[in-house]
Amino acid sequence: MTVPEPPPDPGDVLARVRREELSRLVATLVRRFGDLDLAEDAAQDAMVSALRTWPRDGVPRSPLAWLTSTARNAALDRVRRDDGLARRLAELHLREQDRAPDPADAAALAADDLPDDRLAMLMGCCHPAIAPADRIALMLRFVGGLSSAEVAQALLLPLPTVQARLTRAKKRIAGAGIPLEVPEDPAERERRLPLVLTAISLVFTEGYAASHGDAPIRRELTAEAIRLARITQGLLPGAAEPEGLLALLLLTEARASARVDAEGVPVSLEEQDRGLWDRELLAEGSRRAERAAAMPGAGRFTIQAAIAAVHAEATDLSGTDWAQVVALYDLLLGLGEDPVVRMNRAIALGRRDGPASGLAALDALRGIAELERHVPFHAARGLTLAELGREEEARAVLAAARELAPEGPDRRFLQARLRRLDAD
Amino acid sequence: MKYVLLLMGNLSDDRCGETEDAPGVEEFIAFDAALEEAGVLRGGFALTDPEEGTSVTRASRDAEAVVTAGPYAESREFVGGTIVIEVDTLDAALGWAARCPGAIGGRVEVRPLLDI
Repeated sequence: MTVPEPPPDPGDVLARVRREELSRLVATLVRRFGDLDLAEDAAQDAMVSALRTWPRDGVPRSPLAWLTSTARNAALDRVRRDDGLARRLAELHLREQDRAPDPADAAALAADDLPDDRLAMLMGCCHPAIAPADRIALMLRFVGGLSSAEVAQALLLPLPTVQARLTRAKKRIAGAGIPLEVPEDPAERERRLPLVLTAISLVFTEGYAASHGDAPIRRELTAEAIRLARITQGLLPGAAEPEGLLALLLLTEARASARVDAEGVPVSLEEQDRGLWDRELLAEGSRRAERAAAMPGAGRFTIQAAIAAVHAEATDLSGTDWAQVVALYDLLLGLGEDPVVRMNRAIALGRRDGPASGLAALDALRGIAELERHVPFHAARGLTLAELGREEEARAVLAAARELAPEGPDRRFLQARLRRLDAD
Repeated sequence: MKYVLLLMGNLSDDRCGETEDAPGVEEFIAFDAALEEAGVLRGGFALTDPEEGTSVTRASRDAEAVVTAGPYAESREFVGGTIVIEVDTLDAALGWAARCPGAIGGRVEVRPLLDI
């Protein structure tokens, strides 16, 4: 005898929708009505309505389809009640016959038949007319589906700051007529994608490098960035760079637990316990890195993912294919000058040809303002000097780097290295 | 939406027509014709050199008006002309700004008109 499956619990379904699909619902409403506030309010109305009716009538077959048509009608009701809103939306040529079919009919639609408008949201949130810091807050809020409080927590910013940012950005979108859509012009689409990918990578870096605060790796934020990268990759399955970015983030995240020790002091690559690397993430990352590299249109994220994959495949530092790493950095430099990439290339060169060559390559970069302010540049020079047995110079360079480093993990790392030099 | 394209010049830059790359009058006329043909042109005007300008300021509501020759001395940037267009989105306005001859070696500031 087969036991019939128990009906899904409305509360559980709604919680899952809120976590995973609310941003999709909001994106669809924004696409339809062109107004962020209205979309959010209407989505909220639909959730409330679901909370009231699902326990009574049962969970519809496609919760998202039900919510979408309920929210569309809720939005139209709001427009009808509010003259100011109606006037604003009149420009969007809203018509009454656009009223969605009854939710019961719409529920017959599978979620797969619903358009996914999140790409439009991603591209709209990363419009060049929006300030870069605001792009990140908008993206976390409207694509990541985080509440303002969650965005504040993730970015370690006071809630009023985040609210002010979101309000300013929303006002700008409405006031300046910034379209929340995928640009029609293919050239503009090409230009917009890197802005989207850069914003996602900044979310990840924010979590990974902890530019403020003392927690060296903020897992929630890196996980959120990976989720955004997955969404983007899923929306643009044939493009190299979204795949490359996802690969890069996975490979970087895989090494996260080995990157700092129990005291929160960063551990250099050569001393990391590779047994702590997350094998599953590494495997997926490497597979995706390879796939990205084989696609047309490979750019900086794909190349960086390839570099991360070379590191992931090596069982130890000496087993790393440094010639390959140097070649990949050269490719990266071919895309545009970047002092930090030059520095990384110099470090890789030192691994390939020995510390004397590495030091020469690093010394050749002295005087570049961006690197003179960059703590890792001085740390690399100091450590290379120490490797060459030039301990006095190493000590002086590392001490200067420590003075340059703000309070936090980098400074603790340099402190530990200086103590080690003194002990030898 | 209505947007104004503010064609900004800079006092420290070369004057119009003095460099080879600088856009000529014909280009502005052609741009105007393109806007007209697309049906988006809603107005605008060209201005004489900023030195021709005269500034009037009152420090407060009760203060006397002070008249000075020329533009505000500290400001290097000046408005050389304006074009008002009506298009659906900022992207469309930015597209026109990118085609505007005033953007070459200068700056075109795109501002939505306040709807009153």
